[in-house]
Amino acid sequence: MATNVAASRLQGTGANALELDGVGRQFGALTALSGINMRIAPGERRAVLGSNGAGKTTLFNTITGDFHPTSGSIRFFGEDITTLAVHERIRRGLRRTYQISQLFTNLTVRESIYLAYRGVSRNRFSLLRPRVSDSAMAQAESISHAVHLDGERDKTVGTLSHGQQRQLEIALALAGAPRFILFDEPAAGLSPTERRDLIEILNALPKHIGYIIIEHDLDVALRVSEYVSMMHNGQLFTEGTPEEIENDPRVQEIYLGGGHG
Amino acid sequence: MSDLPLSPAQKPAGARSWIETLGLAHILLGLFLLIYPAMASDFFLTQIGGYSLVLGMISLSLMLLAGYGGMVSLAQITVAGAAGYVVAIFGVNNSGVHGFGWPWWVFVPLAIAIASLVSALIGWIAVRTEGIYTIMITLAVATACFYFTQQNYALFNGFPGYNGLRAPEVFGVYWRDPVPFYYLCLAMATLAYAAVLYGARSTFGLTLQAIRDNPRRMRAIGFNVTAHKVFAWWLAGLIAGAAGVLLVWFNGRISPGTIAVGPAINILVIAIIGGLRHPIGPFLGAVVVTLMQTFAIDIIGAERFNTLIGLVFLLIVFISPDGILGLWERFRPQAGREDWRTFRTATKQVGNKGRKT
Ligand SMILES: Nc1ncnc2c1ncn2[C@@H]1O[C@H](COP(=O)(O)OP(=O)(O)OP(=O)(O)O)[C@@H](O)[C@H]1O
Ligand SMILES: [Mg+2]
Repeated sequence: MATNVAASRLQGTGANALELDGVGRQFGALTALSGINMRIAPGERRAVLGSNGAGKTTLFNTITGDFHPTSGSIRFFGEDITTLAVHERIRRGLRRTYQISQLFTNLTVRESIYLAYRGVSRNRFSLLRPRVSDSAMAQAESISHAVHLDGERDKTVGTLSHGQQRQLEIALALAGAPRFILFDEPAAGLSPTERRDLIEILNALPKHIGYIIIEHDLDVALRVSEYVSMMHNGQLFTEGTPEEIENDPRVQEIYLGGGHG
Repeated sequence: MSDLPLSPAQKPAGARSWIETLGLAHILLGLFLLIYPAMASDFFLTQIGGYSLVLGMISLSLMLLAGYGGMVSLAQITVAGAAGYVVAIFGVNNSGVHGFGWPWWVFVPLAIAIASLVSALIGWIAVRTEGIYTIMITLAVATACFYFTQQNYALFNGFPGYNGLRAPEVFGVYWRDPVPFYYLCLAMATLAYAAVLYGARSTFGLTLQAIRDNPRRMRAIGFNVTAHKVFAWWLAGLIAGAAGVLLVWFNGRISPGTIAVGPAINILVIAIIGGLRHPIGPFLGAVVVTLMQTFAIDIIGAERFNTLIGLVFLLIVFISPDGILGLWERFRPQAGREDWRTFRTATKQVGNKGRKT
């Protein structure tokens, strides 16, 4: 089975970046996630595919702590983070983006990235204005460059186009020193050109930064990840290389059969 | 009357003189306030000038929480009252209870420190809630404190509270005399106002506004949202506490009536009439309400006074949800209506050097 491939592939690699054991999440009577087991090596880039309502976003929410899982445990670089507060996980190097952009509409791009850097460094309570020479401000420059927002640094977030807001979502995840990032449908609503931009941005990330990307568009997913997990009805039902997944009849059934495979 | 009319588009980039940094409106306003004692009678100096500045400071502490943090508090007068009671208990009073007679330079910092801790404590309780529930819970705290001080004689001397509270004499000046008291209030209010204006663009100021805009995202970039909100309450407590000290020197007394529900709501009314978008708003509101309180009573009688305040409040909220500040924005020449962002860019221009437009 594909899971065995994953396991053997990762044998002997010390602590995994992410390790999920039997993670489940209930919303009342609804089981949004159940029995998720996942091992992701440091620097690995994984795509998660699945139909609408499969539980992909819920999976991210349990990893970042937006919701706590109702069962199972989560380890991040060997440390059990199952019950940690969200900000504690972020300070350990975990980052995420949101499927629906969660931004500070009244701040500028530069201020937003500055805050994202501040959130994982010291002087968070500083009552002084950030100096232009501040290293955090310098990082805001380079990150806005990395996500192709050089020209918009001093624009208010609320005035950005949808595509630019999606890019800023990524910028917020890159600030500080991320070790692992969860991208929740970063390509949602993007034009073909913006998609190409996105693929370029992701492929230009430093090699030590691993990520999971949720992506409906198989073509995008396959170009930015080396390994794919399929979710359905709150469960991970298969994992494999992009070719294995593409040729898996069950996957085709789900995608072609409108999500009721 | 404020720095609002500075449009970013008109500002040249690059170096600026101190006049530009400070803003012409600020300089004119400052000059007027400095020479005001030369024009005003003692009554106008103290009952209108000094009192407006004190009420403005208490409302400013609310503006900080509500405008930047999205947390509307009805307990700001309670925080000011905490400082007032410390002054009464550790300073000198005529009520024959406590009155340790400590020097002012000990009990004033102590009063402000205790008030800020009380504020942080109220904040710590209130930050679990949002929106209307924050108002409700702070109202509950304010009401509970009112009844507690009224019934507790051991510490708060119950219903009568404390009277005979005198401002200190320092450098041979009695600081409750009209002119010194006015300048004392002006100095404290200016300090608080400038601190809030500067702090709005500080790292913490940005943090607070970002939390107001999107707390979930703030957590997801590493911020402990609760801790930052409580810190904002602590800062607001410093301002309200300092104002509380001035308030008891102004009144010469403190009793549960000072921190009752009526005065608590009054602070909110002042802030909303003035406007919550800029720290000048609370002071504008305080002047309007103080003038109305002083003169409307003569014209329409004391019983109808609250009706009048209520009507003015409704009128302003109806015409302009942003209070007098919003009216200013709307009716000033050529600018038309501006959104929050343009407005903030304008205020930022005042203090932020080297930022290109
Ligand atoms: N906060 C919540 N409360 C109740 N039910 C929820 C909540 N969040 C998600 N769910 C439910 O959990 C299930 C999985 O939702 P989830 O958002 O994780 O799906 P998804 O795979 O991300 O789908 P999509 O592709 O549409 O983003 C859905 O049935 C959804 O209705
Ligand atoms: Mg989703």
